[in-house]
Parts: sequence; structure tokens; C-alpha cells
Amino acid sequence: MKLPAFDYACPRTLEEATALLAEACGDAKVIAGGQSLLPFMAFRLAAPGLLVDLRKIAGLTGIEVGDEEIRLGAMVRWRDILDSAALAHALPLLPAAIGHVAHYQIRNRGTLGGSLAHADPASEFPCIAVLCGASVDVVGAGGRRTLPAGDLIAGPMETTLGDDEIIVAVRFPRWPEGRRWAFDEFALRHGDLAIAAVAACYDMDGPHIANARVAVMGATDTPQRVPEAEDALNGRAPGDDTFGTAAEAASAAIEPTEDLHAGAAYRRALVGTLLRRGLRASCTRQREAAE
Amino acid sequence: MKIALTVNGRPAALDVAPRTTLADCLRHALGLTGTHLACEHGVCGACTIIVDGAAVRGCLTLAVQADGAEVTTVEGLAGDGDLTPLQEAFRRHHALQCGFCTAGILTTLHALLSENPDVEADEIREVLSGNICRCTGYIPIVEAALEARAAYRRASDPAP
Repeated sequence: MKLPAFDYACPRTLEEATALLAEACGDAKVIAGGQSLLPFMAFRLAAPGLLVDLRKIAGLTGIEVGDEEIRLGAMVRWRDILDSAALAHALPLLPAAIGHVAHYQIRNRGTLGGSLAHADPASEFPCIAVLCGASVDVVGAGGRRTLPAGDLIAGPMETTLGDDEIIVAVRFPRWPEGRRWAFDEFALRHGDLAIAAVAACYDMDGPHIANARVAVMGATDTPQRVPEAEDALNGRAPGDDTFGTAAEAASAAIEPTEDLHAGAAYRRALVGTLLRRGLRASCTRQREAAE
Repeated sequence: MKIALTVNGRPAALDVAPRTTLADCLRHALGLTGTHLACEHGVCGACTIIVDGAAVRGCLTLAVQADGAEVTTVEGLAGDGDLTPLQEAFRRHHALQCGFCTAGILTTLHALLSENPDVEADEIREVLSGNICRCTGYIPIVEAALEARAAYRRASDPAP
């Protein structure tokens, strides 16, 4: 369908943008790449009276890999993440996950800030942000604040952002050398929304796994860590037995969603299969890198 | 709202409603009906156009967002009466049947091959997953794209 009518503003500063949002009292939406918002509007799932475009506001782009953290501007596009040699080295899990986002043309416009604000439970970026304990910098009419990615996402398509607040950047802690990672996703067709996906990372403490993190997306109503699977990994040696136990723990722990694409039992089984597969690949990748 | 953009090398100054997508703007205000619209929610790829060098969904870009941009549509790929090497390859390989999706696939592949004339078949297939074609089965499209790489390599090489 054609889009519903709306007013459009393209401010040059965050102050102007937040003032416009505050003035609209909830009847405005921020537009960055528009790759989730415009389909929502075409389906009349959203019909804001005003769109506030961020494209002329300086300081919202850029990937900065520092010693302590990696800062990604909210207007960083999927394409920028996939093209970044620095990210491929410093946070390889992120480009691996973003490779699953939609299609070539959409990845040229879609932004990470937009993805977080949209909070689709089947989106890759929010899941990686939750897994890695990323912080989100937000600006509103009343000032700035920083919150953990996990606290930003309140539910499916729901965030804790105020009506006047704009995501400006996401900051990931740097990884130690040698951290292993896993990502695997199942969708009906490549580029479709995930029916289920898993992400994980861990360090090696001698022969044992330490600092394990496991997160699930697509199969649950928000992207979330799965502590039961993490407990099954920590302190054990990596291998099929450990990974199998962790996969079973993840399957048992989650409360899967159901929709016309897949039932809860299917999603539960998928999460286990994907986690086992992803963790196995994390070891193979390590061996290949060592050779 | 008043916008000014460059379309296929020619400047265009227009007055558009904010709700107008760039695809509708090209078709209705500029008469460039080579850009096709089918799903209008970013799934089918028929409306793919090139904005500032990047292939994008014309239905998921507002005309007002393209203020100041350089836009290339399928009409802008070839000169008068000529076909580009990519279009020639499409004809040779029968890479189209009904032709509805072809404009979006040509613009997509033009952007891809301009970025990387050495692109492999796997990546071509991954990129084409964003364009729905229900006639060809894609095999001739991939073959045409592979063949056209040589022309894009020549174009990107500095003159000897």
C-alpha cells in the first residue's frame, strides 16, 4: 500500500530533533534508513503524524575501534559493518551475524540505531548487542543517558525509549584476544526474518571454557541471554558432550514463541540444533586460524 | 516539499508530498516508468534503483530523503538505442521472460558489478535473493552476470 500521509522534518542538530519529537507528544517517529519503519507504515502498523529524519545530523556515523571499546554511530549502515576490516578483526561475531540481515539493497540503507529502536525479536543486531553487553547512548530533550542494550528492549517491537529520545551510538566492550564465538540462524529463505538464531562467545581458561555467553533470538519474544546454557559451558572442556548439554539446556530453558511460520516445539528444537552446530563451528574456526 | 536531485545525469527540481516514495516520484513526476513497483514493502526488488552509487529499494526510500542525491534508474544504464554489456548478456542468455523484474535486477547487478567486477557466482546468487523473478529460475541471470564481469573489469581498469 501507499504510505499514510505525514509531515517531514530534516533537522541539522540533535537539539532540534529532540525538540520536534517532544513537541509531537508521541505522534512522531524518527527515520534513519527507513527499512523497517516504511514497511510498517505501508501495512498501517504505524501511522505517525511526523517523521524526523536524522540524515543531516553530524556525529551519528562512524565505526571507532578503541583500546577499551568499539563505538558505532547509530546511523552506521549494515553495509558499513560488513565492509569494516577493523570490525572483522575486533568483533568478528558482529559482521557474521549482520550477513544474515535482509538483502543487499536493504543492507545499503538499514541502520543499527533503527534496528535497535524497532526491536524486532528476529533482528540480529539487538541480539548481538544483548549478548556482548553493549551500552546504548541516548539523547532526549532532557539530556543524555546510557543504558545496557538489554534494558533498552522491553518486548517485541517495544523499547524503553522516551517519545523524545534518539539513539546516538552503541558501544561494545573490546574482546580479549582469542575469544571464540558462534552464530547460526535458520530462516525459510536467505534474508528472511529468523525463525530462530543463536549467538555465543567464550574464552579459554587452560583447557576449560570461561566467560561463556549464549543468546537466543527469533525464537523468543525478545533477544535474551540463556544463563542455563552458559552454566553448562563454563568450566567444561569444549567438545560434543559439553555442546550437547548446553544445547539441551538452552532448548529447555527458553519460552518459545509461536506464529504461522513455526510452532513452539519446532523453535525449541531449532535452538538446540543451531547452538550445537554454532559451538562446533567455533572450535573448527579456531583450529583453522591456528594453522 | 521542494527537492532537487540528479536523475540519470539530468537535474530535476520537484515539489513532492513527504509520503511519496522515490519510486513513485520517478514514475509519476518524471515519467520514468522503467522502475517497476510490485510489493511496495521492500520484499520483491522490482523497484531497485541506484542512489549515490548504492542499490536501494525505491519503495523504501522517500523522495524527500533523496534531496541532493544522484539517482540512476534502468533508463540511465544505456545510451540512446544501445544496450550495455550487461543488457547484451541478458539478451544472449535469455535472462528474462516477462521482464517485470528485469529493471530491478539490472540496476542491482550494475551496482554490484561496478563495486566488484570479480564477484563470484555465490555472491551474485546471494545478492539476487533480494530480487524476485518467477520466470527464469535465475540460472540464466547468474550466467549473464558472470559473463558481464569482463566488461566491468575493463571499465574499472585504468587505460593502458
